[in-house]
Amino acid sequence: MNGKARTHVSQNEPLLFEISSPGKRAWQLPPLDVPPADPAEVLGRDRVRAEIAGFPEVSEVEALRHFTRLASWNYAIDLGMYPLGSCTMKYNPRINEAVANLEGLLWAHPYQPESLAQGCLEIMAALEAALAEITGMDAVTLQPAAGAHGELTGLFLIRALLESRGNPRRKVLVPDSAHGTNPASVTMAGYVAENVPSCERGMMELATLERMVTEDVAALMVTNPNTLGVFEQEITRIAELLHERGALLYMDGANMNALAGIARPGDFGVDVLHLNLHKTFSTPHGGGGPGSGPVAVKRIFEPFLPVPRLVRRDNRWALDYDRPQSIGRVRAFYGNFGVMVRALAYIMAHGGEGLRKATLDAVLNAAYVRKRLEPYYEPATTAPTLHECVFSDARQARHGVRTGDIAKRLIDYGFHPYTVSFPLIVRGALMIEPTETESKLELDLFVEAMIRIAREAEEDPELVRTAPHHTRTSRVDEAAAARRPVVRWRPQPGCP
Amino acid sequence: MLAALGLNSLEDLVAHLPPEVLLRRPLDLPPGKSEYEISGWFRARAEENASAYACFLGAGAYRHYRPVLVDVIASRGEFLTSYTPYQAEISQGTLTAIFEFQTMICQLTGMEVANASMYDGSTAAAEAALMAARITRRRGIVAARTLHPEYREVIRTYARFAQMPVTESAYEPASGNLDLADLEARVGEDTAAVLVQSPNFFGVVEDVRAAAEIAHRRGALLVVVFTEAVSLGLLAPPADADIVAGELQSFAIPPSYGGPYAGVIATREQHIRQIPGRLVGETRDTRGRRAYCLTLATREQHIRREKATSNICTNQALVALMATVFMTVYGKEGLRHLAEQNLAKAHYLARRVSRRFSGPFFNEFVAVCPRAPEAINQTLLEKGVIGGLPLGRFYPELDGCMLLCATEMSRREHMDLVAEALAS
Amino acid sequence: MSTYPENYLYTKEHEWILIENDTGTVGITYHAQKELGDIVFVDLPKPGTVVERGKPLGSVESVKAVSDIYAPVSGEVIAVNEALATAPEKLNQDPHGTAWLVKLRLRDPAEAGQLLSASDYRAYLGVEG
Repeated sequence: MNGKARTHVSQNEPLLFEISSPGKRAWQLPPLDVPPADPAEVLGRDRVRAEIAGFPEVSEVEALRHFTRLASWNYAIDLGMYPLGSCTMKYNPRINEAVANLEGLLWAHPYQPESLAQGCLEIMAALEAALAEITGMDAVTLQPAAGAHGELTGLFLIRALLESRGNPRRKVLVPDSAHGTNPASVTMAGYVAENVPSCERGMMELATLERMVTEDVAALMVTNPNTLGVFEQEITRIAELLHERGALLYMDGANMNALAGIARPGDFGVDVLHLNLHKTFSTPHGGGGPGSGPVAVKRIFEPFLPVPRLVRRDNRWALDYDRPQSIGRVRAFYGNFGVMVRALAYIMAHGGEGLRKATLDAVLNAAYVRKRLEPYYEPATTAPTLHECVFSDARQARHGVRTGDIAKRLIDYGFHPYTVSFPLIVRGALMIEPTETESKLELDLFVEAMIRIAREAEEDPELVRTAPHHTRTSRVDEAAAARRPVVRWRPQPGCP
Repeated sequence: MLAALGLNSLEDLVAHLPPEVLLRRPLDLPPGKSEYEISGWFRARAEENASAYACFLGAGAYRHYRPVLVDVIASRGEFLTSYTPYQAEISQGTLTAIFEFQTMICQLTGMEVANASMYDGSTAAAEAALMAARITRRRGIVAARTLHPEYREVIRTYARFAQMPVTESAYEPASGNLDLADLEARVGEDTAAVLVQSPNFFGVVEDVRAAAEIAHRRGALLVVVFTEAVSLGLLAPPADADIVAGELQSFAIPPSYGGPYAGVIATREQHIRQIPGRLVGETRDTRGRRAYCLTLATREQHIRREKATSNICTNQALVALMATVFMTVYGKEGLRHLAEQNLAKAHYLARRVSRRFSGPFFNEFVAVCPRAPEAINQTLLEKGVIGGLPLGRFYPELDGCMLLCATEMSRREHMDLVAEALAS
Repeated sequence: MSTYPENYLYTKEHEWILIENDTGTVGITYHAQKELGDIVFVDLPKPGTVVERGKPLGSVESVKAVSDIYAPVSGEVIAVNEALATAPEKLNQDPHGTAWLVKLRLRDPAEAGQLLSASDYRAYLGVEG
């Protein structure tokens, strides 16, 4: 192995429960400055629990080592390129962490008086304004906690608006290339999802939609650029068609990293859109969250936005709860504030010019990877692509090597895999999104690894099929996990 | 790189976009700033907030000490900057930690299965209601009025669009406990879920078993909600519930003006296929070594799409890791001691004021105010203390009352100030 | 490569049925289980359920896919293969035999006329044997 990775020793570590022993402790509490209260007396004996069976008991250094050893078993953006398509795994600037951890922000209680929360409200107002400008929309709610939560909120808004017009309608159109969250959100919003087929080049066609947008259709949910990385060329005409027929255009903003500073959804006819602050705006993924999924809307939706709304009153920020047409809350309090702080810091660091430059760099990186890999992997589309590129495993499949195998082999070369088997419209998809973060040096290492794997697929397919070979954990048996699910630790029989 | 692509400028990369969509002007945002300037701007915002105040607010967001180890671990790049652990071979750190998290949530709640986290307690409660509807194939929701008011608002929003009717059951005006007779009257043949919070919004510990009996008699499921996770260190676990939906903010998750927090759903093994969100399971790798992976993914949106149990994708993994470290640091003994300190502090304060309800309470209670709660709070603010939450906004009948919370971080001299303000 | 029993009838959705008098035993074909990969869960109806020809009667899951099973004919479910609940992998091992899914009491034996014979099914798959 060469290039980016070679193997090294990693520590073994049992589960917490297996290293526990009675009486060990990592906690400290100061002495009570008030008289103790007897739990049995003040609560009643039957309301007090017995000890928490099985709960860990470890020392401080054991706790620290435990999680540090676990940490060493993870790949991370801090270790290198993370080319997961649709996920926008870009560098997470640490200034964002530093400001989010300022005492006055970190310890702000959601119910502290508005007069003592002006700093938080100012941050939220600044972020709302910046996101409205970036998307070309009129109003923003920061309440949704993640992208899918934003989708749900957006669909609630569409339903509320259409209900107010007398007919919520029944269906929401979703392209076959969409993220799974789209149809799932449609169902939760009380609509029926209907599939829109993509054309051969991976785009939606006006002619298909002409046929599909009936009186029954509430909205079309589009991801733009779509999950092939292709900009929907007919988007403005699609928006016009929907509007003519009383339907609305929802945009999944998962791929905004291809558009920020270049084109604004609000300008090409989008009515409602959600953003993923943990994608486009650099907040860390944290192994699966937290995210934040603000929803930006055109003015007609403003009365329906979740409560509370941030308003300016008597020269101060205030929270307005008196919104009779609001869909209500989608989450307690005001959203993932700590994530908002990080996203705003990112926007401030870039400014308008910087955001545009980041977008162009992201597109450049993807174009470079596409160009260099096209001789070895089958491109999924002939259309120009933006921030990501998709291939199929068609050439490698002839040797019995599938996209999942190539992905696992990439791990041996020191990279996180690309997104595997998505979008569903491409058989055996490899979906690569390098982001603007990566230097040419890192991209070249990636490309070389991919080229070597293409060669291995021809010369030694078994090597690829059984990868990874250099990780401390080899391929895991996901079927066994699903057949007889073990989702918690239990003491072994015979042991205490 | 441009040369390799045969391009002259970066602009060429987007030249194929329809001309009418291109933005022809720079974004109207201030120019990019240096780290130093950004830090200064946020510092100024932080200073506009309350700082160095003692605080007696709870109501779903609690001030508990955050052991130093929590941030040491949660700020490690390997946890902070990794993605959802779909690639098990290089994600064993996150997966193992989540498996431990799921286990500890089960140990705490008396449930058999816990998911890897939800956005927060309010959405966990709403999703638990939807889950109950799938299991029972019924539509109705009965929510206790003592469930956090904002949680009830979230449930109403979700239920409205899922076309599920919601009714609210009353509390006993004297004890602040659930009015069991009223609950009994509201649970019917179409009730899917009864949602009860314990300790409830007033801090009062509920009789979960009695609520379970009422729900089960009519074939409904009982969802027990908690907002103050530290109470689980001392209170009997809600083992009679069918689903437990909770908020873990108390476990070293900073108040952070309302989020990010971490919700969780736990349930019985028989309902495992109806639980929303991610689950980590144990398995083996090809060399026979124990390993973990995401499992039962066919419940989820990326596979089952419009038929998924939920649309949830991104959850709160890093925040759940903070809770995991917190539970590890306190452990079996520490969590109980911590809970006992909370109990002692709150009861010290409560003995000095006029309590509105007689029911047993943990670290929160409702105080009757001799004058307007807002006026009392104003007096306290001048002494550097943020008082309790005036309840009139959520419960008109409790207009002259405030909800007070004392934790291990509440100091006696500040509690004496609160007691004094509430006595005058 | 597997053999497709001559006495079974098949659907284009890759179910098979063995009809004996007014009873039909239903399963999924070798081809179906191979496409799905490692099967991890089988969701079957309760005995007594009435199913309609062409409508889903249950589903099978692999790690990363869910596939509906369609009723080849209409009828009432009179038995389900309980063994699959604890050992879904049998569907990969013996799809045409011990890993049958349900037994139906046929409502209209004439419906069988619409099903494929073994040779038709093989031709449909484009394989031999």
